Amino acid sequence: MDEQSAAYWKRNVKLVSVLVAIWFIVSYGFGILFVDALNSIEIAGFQLGFWFAQQGSIYVFVALIFVYVAKMNKLDREFGVREDDD
Amino acid sequence: MDLTTLTYIAVGLSFALYIGIAIWAKASTTGEFYVAGKGVNPVVNGMATAADWMSAASFISMAGLIAFLGYGGSVYLMGWTGGYCLLAMLLAPYLRKYGKFTVPEFIGDRYYSKAARIVAVICLIFISFTYVAGQMRGVGIVFSRFLEVEILTGLIVGMGIVFIYAVLGGMKGITYTQVAQYCVLIVAYTIPAIFIAFQLTGNPLPQLAFGSTVNGTGEFMLDRLNQVVTELGFLEYTTTSKSTIDIFAITVALMVGTAGLPHVIVRFFTVPKVRDARSSAGWALVFIALLYTTAPAVGAMARLNLTETIQTGEVGAEDGNLVFEERPDWMKRWEATGLLSFEDKNGDGRIQYYNDANEEFAAKAAEFGWQGNELKVDRDIMVLANPEIAQLPNWVIALVAAGGIAAALSTAAGLLLVISSGVSHDLLKGTFTPNMTEGQELMAGRIAAAVAILIAGYLGYNPPGFVAQVVAFAFGLAASSLFPVIIMGIFSKKVNREGAIAGMLTGLIFTMGYILAYKGVFFDPIIANTPENWLFGISPEGIGAVGMVLNFIVAFSVSRVTAEPPEHIQVMIEDIRVPKGAGGAVDH
Repeated sequence: MDEQSAAYWKRNVKLVSVLVAIWFIVSYGFGILFVDALNSIEIAGFQLGFWFAQQGSIYVFVALIFVYVAKMNKLDREFGVREDDD
Repeated sequence: MDLTTLTYIAVGLSFALYIGIAIWAKASTTGEFYVAGKGVNPVVNGMATAADWMSAASFISMAGLIAFLGYGGSVYLMGWTGGYCLLAMLLAPYLRKYGKFTVPEFIGDRYYSKAARIVAVICLIFISFTYVAGQMRGVGIVFSRFLEVEILTGLIVGMGIVFIYAVLGGMKGITYTQVAQYCVLIVAYTIPAIFIAFQLTGNPLPQLAFGSTVNGTGEFMLDRLNQVVTELGFLEYTTTSKSTIDIFAITVALMVGTAGLPHVIVRFFTVPKVRDARSSAGWALVFIALLYTTAPAVGAMARLNLTETIQTGEVGAEDGNLVFEERPDWMKRWEATGLLSFEDKNGDGRIQYYNDANEEFAAKAAEFGWQGNELKVDRDIMVLANPEIAQLPNWVIALVAAGGIAAALSTAAGLLLVISSGVSHDLLKGTFTPNMTEGQELMAGRIAAAVAILIAGYLGYNPPGFVAQVVAFAFGLAASSLFPVIIMGIFSKKVNREGAIAGMLTGLIFTMGYILAYKGVFFDPIIANTPENWLFGISPEGIGAVGMVLNFIVAFSVSRVTAEPPEHIQVMIEDIRVPKGAGGAVDH
């Protein structure tokens, strides 16, 4: 693998690791492991842990994918590996 | 116009639309048949993926499940959406870059092994048939309830429709009919939810109504629900009786299983570019989230409505319960299907609905003169009965019927396609008869799809006693067999043929063995399916998570002590990691 591709891959893996960590914390953390603690906080009619398990985690999942798409598109351009439109 | 006529019109119009699209989008090459010529717009593909993904179970059963499980139902909500993050970031773009037609083909190429490809095809066919039988059953049920025809007639009509657009159109036909089916199903799902949310709370958005105050009271809906159900001896709605580790494991198995399901993965082969595969997964999740964030609100509102319909006054008061003779019409209609039933155990002419399995509360109930729970509700009816409970006009009910059928058909078609490509492309062309021409392969694919439809129809009509049990199989197997080898194939250059095959077989055999031991399929369970007997307290539904971990461990260990993958494979891995250079449809 040439240096350029190796650097691209490294940045890619780093980005994905951060996003997967957020993915894990929000769903498994807030929605499952710490659900009881968060349920003692009530906002706008929802116990917070319950809300993360049934609503919040899904919104975060959607946001994470679009952040990933935007960051990867930027990374592709930066390294000149974006597919051409031809 | 009466309900039956309206339902015939709604379902008939939707069918005419699907057939019209099928004729317009006929496939003429194997590339079009398998992956729609790789020319599908990412937003369109996202919508098709959403329809492909949301099955009869998502549409008909999920909200009902949540209504009765409360917080415990969260495993389905997170489990069936979170997998898309894994797909978008870990699988879809790389598999698109790899650029061929099927999931087993990738596994066979990456691990330079026909044996690996065949193991993958076997997993794929098993997973897909398990799933498709449930869909055909769903079609049959909707037909028999709303169109008042025999289940067999309903199945034959459903099979005929799928036959036309899946066999003729292949992936191309399926993609565009799925777009239409998504529109039908999402409208059908959200309209009743909006009406009910507005009636109950004055807020039309179900996602917000769920946390609003109930009309005429100052109480938040979930607080009220917790109070109402605990007063009747049920578990608080926002808690669960399942252990944390089990909830965790089931969520992992469902998420990872989602990302490993071949009919979902293959949808990302149809877009023109790698970056489209990424964004397409995001769009798919947007369209899925519309239904999945509505479902928990529907579940909570349905539970509250049902409970308050029956418990009209104070618990234990003489006139606190619904008089049987005055029960609403929708109850009478569903009694006819056998999915709702009432038995006046204490002969007072009123319906008591409470948790008689809760000993403490049952003792208290006995003091009121209650002699057991008198109402049985099948949770599958909650979504279908919802518009009736909320007294919505008949056209909404007709629309819900068309939506249920759309959800079942779109998923069935996607599954049938991966079965057919597994047979024609992986088994015949790739393994046994490599000299086939493209025309012959296309014909083989069509014949395989047709045969698969007949088998699916048969399974839908004669559901083997174990259909419910084998659903755990589909996700468990996808999570423990396919997902790990695909992801290791992309992110590790060291995992080799021996490691992948050993890993897949370990995951597969462990998961299958565990589920069989506790659930039994052709035989009685070997071990009683109770939490005390479970390994680490993990139920068969969640065991795929452990199978997945075993697969990873075995694959890495075996790869360490055997020869590295050859040079050209390492080059291939480097190539799929970089977007540039992905061509259009690859002929081969």
